[in-house]
Amino acid sequence: MKFEEWNNFNLGSWAEEIDVRNFIQKNYTPYEGDASFLSDATEKTKKLWNIVLELYKKEREAGGVLDISNDVASTITSHDAGYIDKDLEEIVGLQTDKPLKRAIMPTGGIRIVEKSCAAYNKKVSDKIEDIYHNHRRTHNDGVFMAYTPEIRAARSSHLITGLPDGYGRGRIIGDYRRVALYGVDVLIEEKKKDLANLQAFNITEDIIRQREEHSDQIQALEDLKTMALKYGFDISKPAKNAKEAVQWLYFGYLGAIKEQNGAAMSIGRTSTFLDIYFERDIKAGILTEAEAQEIMDHFVMKLRMVRFLRTPEYDELFSGDPVWVTESIGGMGIDGRTLVTKNSFRILHTLETLGPAPEPNLTVLWSTRLPKAFKDYCTGLSIKTSSIQYENDDLMREYWGDDYGIACCVSAMRIGKQMQFFGARANLAKTLLYAINGGRDEKTGKQVTSRREPVTSEYLNYDEVWEKFDKMCDWVARVYMNALNIIHYMHDKYCYEKLEMALHDKDILRTMACGIAGLSIVADSFSAMKYAKVKVIRDETGLAVDYKIEGDFPKFGNDDDRVDQIAVEIVKMFMNKLKRQPTYRNSKPTMSILTITSNVVYGKATGNTPDGRRDGAPFGPGANPIHGRDTHGALAVLNSIAKLPYKYAEDGISYTFAIVPGALGKDKNSRINNLTSLLDGYFAKFSHHVNVNVFDRALLEDAMEHPEKYPQLTIRVSGYAVNFIKLTKEQQLDVINRTIHERI
Amino acid sequence: MIGKIHSTESFGTVDGPGIRFVVFMQGCSLKCKYCHNRDTWDTNSGTTISVSELVKEVLKYKTYIDNSNGGVTVSGGEPLLQTEFVTEFFKELKKLNIHTALDTAGSLPISDKIKELLKYTDLVLLDIKHINNEKAINLTGISNKNNLEFAKYLSNINIPVWIRQVLIPGYTDDKFDLIKLKEFLNTLKNVEKVEILPYHDLGKFKWEKLGDKYELENVKSPTNEDIQKAKNLLGIE
Repeated sequence: MKFEEWNNFNLGSWAEEIDVRNFIQKNYTPYEGDASFLSDATEKTKKLWNIVLELYKKEREAGGVLDISNDVASTITSHDAGYIDKDLEEIVGLQTDKPLKRAIMPTGGIRIVEKSCAAYNKKVSDKIEDIYHNHRRTHNDGVFMAYTPEIRAARSSHLITGLPDGYGRGRIIGDYRRVALYGVDVLIEEKKKDLANLQAFNITEDIIRQREEHSDQIQALEDLKTMALKYGFDISKPAKNAKEAVQWLYFGYLGAIKEQNGAAMSIGRTSTFLDIYFERDIKAGILTEAEAQEIMDHFVMKLRMVRFLRTPEYDELFSGDPVWVTESIGGMGIDGRTLVTKNSFRILHTLETLGPAPEPNLTVLWSTRLPKAFKDYCTGLSIKTSSIQYENDDLMREYWGDDYGIACCVSAMRIGKQMQFFGARANLAKTLLYAINGGRDEKTGKQVTSRREPVTSEYLNYDEVWEKFDKMCDWVARVYMNALNIIHYMHDKYCYEKLEMALHDKDILRTMACGIAGLSIVADSFSAMKYAKVKVIRDETGLAVDYKIEGDFPKFGNDDDRVDQIAVEIVKMFMNKLKRQPTYRNSKPTMSILTITSNVVYGKATGNTPDGRRDGAPFGPGANPIHGRDTHGALAVLNSIAKLPYKYAEDGISYTFAIVPGALGKDKNSRINNLTSLLDGYFAKFSHHVNVNVFDRALLEDAMEHPEKYPQLTIRVSGYAVNFIKLTKEQQLDVINRTIHERI
Repeated sequence: MIGKIHSTESFGTVDGPGIRFVVFMQGCSLKCKYCHNRDTWDTNSGTTISVSELVKEVLKYKTYIDNSNGGVTVSGGEPLLQTEFVTEFFKELKKLNIHTALDTAGSLPISDKIKELLKYTDLVLLDIKHINNEKAINLTGISNKNNLEFAKYLSNINIPVWIRQVLIPGYTDDKFDLIKLKEFLNTLKNVEKVEILPYHDLGKFKWEKLGDKYELENVKSPTNEDIQKAKNLLGIE
């Protein structure tokens, strides 16, 4: 391949075949300096951002949704070009013809679209209803045709929750960089070659499916060109400068979010890739630093404006209207050079030029070997904005190389070479209660699983309960995996991600990403049985409904091996059970310890637990201890979390940390230094993830009272960030009641 | 050797440089009216722990300590009430090349045992309770004689010191007292830092829990302006 757009790039295998990583390695400029080169927002940026802020305000006043495009099912080409203010926008492209107007995507499920529209006093057009009720099956319908009674029972009793059976599964990252580097025509040619190679003397079901998928992918790429043409851009050829590179890349992403309303629509690892274009233009004297920042600011503004139509119940589960436009920043290359570039600084700098925001979900891939100036810039921004999450690059690089990105919160995947089947999570705290009650639900008394022997003794016996828990986990793992197999079969069939998959290689690794919730509750419960005495309180039907703990016991989150090792055992045990299940498309089972913000909803659905947690009380988010049980300071919790083995939770282990500024140190420099050291120490212990929040409780309390004063107040929850004022009252209280390290 | 501790904190950032593992010793010889760790006074309560167990705890956090050029701070209570224990503890830490800081009010007369402890102490965080003896007695229940003698001794043997003065409106913020304090500090040659610790009542609930009357009920935290004034008088930037 040869293009004049590639002038001044070092050639390599990337110029022979699609290989973005090779392009980056051959051409990028590591940056070890500090942030002093950065430029402020331009006048144009400020003007444009003010218009967007005004739109946000209107959106809030309208009850959360500004407008709905209710008469057309969204596709890559369904809508005309839309603008915020055409003259001001350096980077263009909206999901529909108007800013913040939400599209409908019924292939995931028509009912959820109808419900969402109704919640905002709109109605889906008759034509759409007719199509999706009478002529075209949706993913949601397909799933429920195949669900077994067991799955339905586990689902409705909240043993398995958050399943993507009524909405798009998401968590797939298209390699949007390919659009900029190669132009769409090359991508189409390559896909045509792949299709031609999908031949065999005897055509099998697998080849049929792949041929159909590849034909779909080619069509999606054609559509993408059509979409860009509506904005006056021909993206069939590679991008020739930085502005085009950002625009082409964004068009790739825009096509994906027009086609799919996925639970998490992450963008990948784009900033260092784009830096190569910025460096080339700056060197050639055709771009200034202020212009470079302007382009990134306008790009990020677009990412902040991504909207999907969802029901209020969905928002209750995943609060704050999140999209998970996760961008992975920094990290180290396997050759030892840092992947931090000037553009890594620029994208983080948007938190200053535009102010804090939950999206894009800025994720720093931390290595103890990252340049010190970059580390300190990140931690300084965390202290200022609470908008960044950190994940351990030194850990993940060994698993996924140096061109992986994070989907959603903590799911690592090689960009363009790997995808996951998102599987939400099983409620292990409830599973424990089912083990004690022989499969009866502790709240309704209903027999949910097949009948088993309940615990009948007055006090819980560790060994007996562990054995019953282990058996109950067998049942849950099997039913859970069955559900996921059905879901992803139907999603591929009725709601296939044509464009995102067009930006993947032909042969990819698929993981089946399961998850667990309630880990610290179960660990503490077993610790209570072992080190204290747990008396069972039963109702008249013999159902265990409460527990009385006599004595004290070690609690997860205090760097105490007596209980931390129980948590480790639980993780290994459940993962091993998942591994034994057959999976759809031979995907590789993985597991996350992540709850998103649904720790509140899971808590509501789970009765009293043997660790002393009360009926309805929230779980700790992700791998967090239960609020207030971590009493030995911030590092003790971090050490406990770091013991959880990534090898058995390759889909990520989420920990959310909050501290008041004063507890980080006395002045700005010592706070930055201490937070950087904290992260270095934590990640050196092979831990995986941490959300860093730096704020005073009083600030949050004031924001609850006066939301209008805090339109941009951003906090990190489990694996992503939210606008605090968009949380439900219950979630706000949950955040405020969490352990905030404040010993001074 | 066995000691009595109140608690530990894995992430101390305000009691010495860098990230500190802080040990709060049980027992105190003073009765400061503003004490925010009232529950550390009683010499009969607390958790017993051996030096080796405590060192094992510290080692869990060594990476954080090393990364930040931090260390271990022993606070209280009054650590000098358990001088031998702290000495053994610091000895072990010095073998591991860990920075040691002693947070004390220097309320005991200098003894051979204390001299031995100071051999293994890299930094002393010294509370000056009050430069005026009568006011010191009113505030803490005892004379400031040992307190000031301790400061002089540290200067003589040249151990780095961070001086700390808690700023309590109506008690320790008198202009002339602060000027006198400054004059005293000028006679010391080992002062690396002078810190103003603004009074807060976050420890009040501990008094109430123990059924004690909290005398500073109506005292408010100093304003930023008060703090700046005190800083100016003490010549802190």
